[in-house]
Amino acid sequence: MMLPMSTERPLIEVRDLVKHFPVRGGVLRRTVAQVKAVDGVSFDIRRGETLGLVGESGCGKTTTGRVLLRLEPATAGSVTFDGTDVLRAPARTIKALRRDMQIVFQDPYASLDPRITIGESIAEGLEIHRIGTRATRVDMVREVLGKVGLHPSSMARFPHEFSGGQRQRIGIARALVLNPRLIVCDEPVSALDVSIQSQVLNLLRALQAEFGLTYLFIAHNLSVVEHISNRVGVMYLGKLVEIAERRELFRRPRHPYTRALISAIPVANPEHRRERIILQGDVPSPINPPGGCRFHPRCWMAREICRTVEPAFEQRAPGHWSACHFADDVT
Amino acid sequence: MATSPLLSVEHLEVQFKTQDGIVRAVNDVTFHVDRGETLGIVGESGSGKSVTAMSLMRLIPNPPGKIAGGRVMFDGEDLLQLSEPDMRHIRGNRIAMIFQDPMTSLNPVLTIGRQITESLELHMKLSNREARRRAVELLQMVGIPSADRRLDDYPHQFSGGMRQRVMIAMGLSCNPELLIADEPTTALDVTIQAQILELIKRLQHELGTAVIIITHDLGVVAGMADRVQVMYAGRIVEEGPTSEIFAQPRMPYTIGLLRSIPRLDDEQGRKLNPIRGLPPDLINLPQICPFSPRCDYFQAGQCDAQVPPLRDVAPDHRAACLFDITLETPVTAGDPVSA
Repeated sequence: MMLPMSTERPLIEVRDLVKHFPVRGGVLRRTVAQVKAVDGVSFDIRRGETLGLVGESGCGKTTTGRVLLRLEPATAGSVTFDGTDVLRAPARTIKALRRDMQIVFQDPYASLDPRITIGESIAEGLEIHRIGTRATRVDMVREVLGKVGLHPSSMARFPHEFSGGQRQRIGIARALVLNPRLIVCDEPVSALDVSIQSQVLNLLRALQAEFGLTYLFIAHNLSVVEHISNRVGVMYLGKLVEIAERRELFRRPRHPYTRALISAIPVANPEHRRERIILQGDVPSPINPPGGCRFHPRCWMAREICRTVEPAFEQRAPGHWSACHFADDVT
Repeated sequence: MATSPLLSVEHLEVQFKTQDGIVRAVNDVTFHVDRGETLGIVGESGSGKSVTAMSLMRLIPNPPGKIAGGRVMFDGEDLLQLSEPDMRHIRGNRIAMIFQDPMTSLNPVLTIGRQITESLELHMKLSNREARRRAVELLQMVGIPSADRRLDDYPHQFSGGMRQRVMIAMGLSCNPELLIADEPTTALDVTIQAQILELIKRLQHELGTAVIIITHDLGVVAGMADRVQVMYAGRIVEEGPTSEIFAQPRMPYTIGLLRSIPRLDDEQGRKLNPIRGLPPDLINLPQICPFSPRCDYFQAGQCDAQVPPLRDVAPDHRAACLFDITLETPVTAGDPVSA
């Protein structure tokens, strides 16, 4: 498969990434099936861009992010970070890579240790990577707190003293303090109230501009992803079904699933009238995904070929890839 | 108004006792719902929207909670004065409620069929067989395939979207006059959310049920509600027809919310305009405009001297702001308390 090549090598190259989780059953806990969480996904993340990854629960977007950081072992495929093979790198290399590749989690309540202060929590990464001395670390923590919009005196406080939005800022500070090049943001604002979400989105964007960060932004909320991303990839049942520059994707989707997702977003404008595509049925189980095109049982455009032949992920327009037999007929 | 509204809530006060003091979750809330209409209640966590809904059903856990004042007039009767048995007759029968999380509101050890027929037998005095027949009808109505067979399944055998359909079927089983839907689609994926909202709309149209939909999602109310009321810190801060609220919001909080959400028609790189700061602590709320510490239009000596009353700003449109702020008002405030 060919992927678009720009003159500069992408920061991240993901090729045919597969992650299956075994389902164990019976008294002997034998593997009885595989959850095909990620089932052959390829994409690039360019330097300094934000790549959005959207899809519904169980589509594999979070697993993709975790495997990419090697927080979970991959079943097959490769991930290259600036020329280094992430999935096969020896322990020492991976430790160095972890400094470059950070993650911000969805739940700011669950991702901070309640028993240690914010300062200790942020400094943890610095200690692990043996960066600075005890004294300089304190300075670094103080500085990073300022960058994420918290008062340096927050250092001595505990997680429960902070609101959800502030905790998410702390989560961002923990990632940022290591001066990473890539941050995987896994649903960073979905646990936050609307008025707080935009504060965090603006912060992420300002930090990107200041530090030249590259983001993989994983979320189920299309409006949020559309707002923050340069390019957007759409996942369905473990597959990437479409990827394109953000505006192109929203104006001219070339996969019926993307089209349906866009039309399902509730728009905060009562005058907004549009044709709504209401998909029938639920997302099928990733243990036993439908044959042919995985989307065919819910697709209003499906024809015979969709039931039998899996569509290839192909470039349909410059930089616009889609896995649909009728990509050009999606309206 | 020619006829009296189906529901009218007057000066509702709800408080919770906590270790740190009394949380005034709902303060002097007054609103009404007409027969057959959809009222949207929007607000963020802690705004009091769910507590308001729970008080209508008298489901506030006591202690620590307490309805400290006000009236809830439903079809001429004050629900707060009813005896518990009389209230039980209203609950589920004339007023039904569906919740955010369909998994925790269904009983995991009873079949779906049993859970639906239970209320039919209780409220509608149907026989066992009649109740089962009605349950099948209800499941078909909410779009559950092979309804007859699925009656004998347990909740865990249903997906999230299907469980919410079951909840709606249960909610509608006794033909309630009012359906309260508290964040009915928040736990669901976008495509499933679209199915459920469409279903609620269709059923409302067919059955003429009045609906209160409670949500934090401005997009959901825009598509569903006839009228909207915005809550903040336990108060209603703006109310009016949906189209007015979105086109001509008059309360700075509503204006701030509309400006802070990402929209699909945005230009690339548009900076969102967040509302700075945090919602207030509901313990020891001072007698000031609750939004004033975050407001771009704050005027010292006025906003921090009283709780602005809801006042008429246009026909059927009220806002709790002392000033005539609109989307066009430039931000002039001196130097309001910074976040």
